[in-house]
Amino acid sequence: MSDQSTVFTRLPETDDEREDPQRATREEVLDFWQERFGVPPETFEGYTFWERGAGKLWLYQGSPPSPVDIEGLGMTFLRTRQEHWKPTLEAVQRFGDYASKNVIHLDDNAARAFVAGEDRELDWDGDWGYLVVTHDLAGEVEPVGVGLYVYGELRSQVPKGRQREV
Amino acid sequence: MEPLDRYRPIIDDFEAFIDACERPLPSAVRVNTIKATVERVRTALAEADIAHDPVDWHDGLFVLPEDSPGANWPYFQGWIHGQEEVSVIPAEVLDPQPGERVWDACAAPGSKTTQLAALMDDTGELVATDNNLGRISALRTNTERLGATTVAVTHEDGRNHSLKPFGGEGYDRALVDVPCSCEGTIRKNPDTLEDWTLSHVEGISGVQKGILKRAVEVTEPGGTVVYSTCTFAPEENEAVLDYVLDETACEIVDYDLPLDHAPGVTEWQDETYDSSVTNAKRIYPHHNDTGGFFCAKLEVPAE
Repeated sequence: MSDQSTVFTRLPETDDEREDPQRATREEVLDFWQERFGVPPETFEGYTFWERGAGKLWLYQGSPPSPVDIEGLGMTFLRTRQEHWKPTLEAVQRFGDYASKNVIHLDDNAARAFVAGEDRELDWDGDWGYLVVTHDLAGEVEPVGVGLYVYGELRSQVPKGRQREV
Repeated sequence: MEPLDRYRPIIDDFEAFIDACERPLPSAVRVNTIKATVERVRTALAEADIAHDPVDWHDGLFVLPEDSPGANWPYFQGWIHGQEEVSVIPAEVLDPQPGERVWDACAAPGSKTTQLAALMDDTGELVATDNNLGRISALRTNTERLGATTVAVTHEDGRNHSLKPFGGEGYDRALVDVPCSCEGTIRKNPDTLEDWTLSHVEGISGVQKGILKRAVEVTEPGGTVVYSTCTFAPEENEAVLDYVLDETACEIVDYDLPLDHAPGVTEWQDETYDSSVTNAKRIYPHHNDTGGFFCAKLEVPAE
C-alpha cells in the first residue's frame, strides 16, 4: 500500500458515514443518475461503488474488504470531485438504456462523427452539460457514449484511444 | 516449420498437419453476450457490409473472411471481440456458472476473461491476474469495452497468487491458460517459430507447473480447473499435468469437445506420463482448419 492513489476505497453509504468530506457517497451517486438522466436507483442494486485516486469512481459487483490495493475493480463509471460529474463512455454504453432524460439521439452520420471524436453544431432544447448520446443500431436505439452540450454544440467526449472511423 | 519436426512421432498425418500450419487463418470474432445478442450482432455486421460466416460448433462465433475486427459499429459498442476459434475452448470447458468465484490465472489481454464473465452472465466475482503491467493495460481496455463489471484485476506472478485482497476465500473454478511457446499460433503469426529454442520450452514448463499447482491449491474441494496452451510441446502440456498430479490432490477428467482432436500423449522421448493425461485433448490445425491448441480439465476432489 505504498501509493495510496492506486488503492480502491469503497464509497460510504451516506453523509453520516463519510470521513473524507470530498468523497462522494453511494446516496449521492444514485441521486446523480436519477436526477441527471432519470436512471432509477434500483438499476444499481447489487453493485458496489469504489474510488481510486481523486474522484474516479468504479462500479463492481463483489464486496472485497475495503480498501483493496489491486489494478482494477469492475469498470470505470463516473468522474466526481468536480462541479459537473461526468459518466464514462463505458457506463453509458452499459446503463444508458435506463436513461430517460438528457438523452440526445443522433442520425447515422452524426453518430459516426461523434465516435470519430468530432464536435458538431446541433439544436438541443434541453439542459446544457453532459448528455447520453444514442443512435440506431441493428433495429434498436443504442447508447454510444457521452457528449458535452454547450453553446449550440455537441462536443464528443469519446476518449482518444476509443475514437474510431466506423 | 523446422521445430515442428520433433512432433512427427505423435501426430497422425504429419504432412497434412504441416500443410495446415502453412495456411493463414482468417479473423474470427466472439459475440459479447454481456452487451448484445447473436442476432443483433449478425444484423449489425450485415448493416456494415462485413462478410461473416457462422462456425458450426459455436453459435457465438463468426469468421470474418475479408475483414479484421476493429473499426466498425459492433466493435465500437463492445458487441464483438476478436478471438480465434480454438481460443474459446477453455472457458467453455471450465463452464463457470452465474454467481461463482473464478480465477483467471494468466488473464491478459482478456479474451478469455471477458468470455468467462459473459458465461457467468456478468455476475459473481472473476479475479484476473497477470504479471505484466503493459498487458494488464490491454486487459483493462478489453474488460471496459466489453462492459464486464465483475472483473478484479491483480498484478502478480500467478505462482504466488494471494487470496488476501479478497478476504482469503478460495475459488469455485480456475482457468490456467498459461504463457507458452505458442507453436499453435503459427497460422496467425508466421514468425512465431523463429525464436523457438528447447531451453525456452523447458524453462517455461517450470513456470506453467508453478501456476497450475497454485490454481489447484486455491480451488475449493469439488471445484474445477482447466489447463490450456496454444502449443504442441508435451513438455508444456502433458508433463505439466503429470507434475501437478504428483504434487497436488486433483484428477484429470474427460469432457465433451465438439471438434476433432487427438488424446493427450503418455509417452514423449524418454518420459512417460500418467495414463489419465489421455483425457486431455490436442487440437491440431489440420483437424478442423483452426489454430493448434491443448486443453485439459482437472477436478479437485470434494472433501
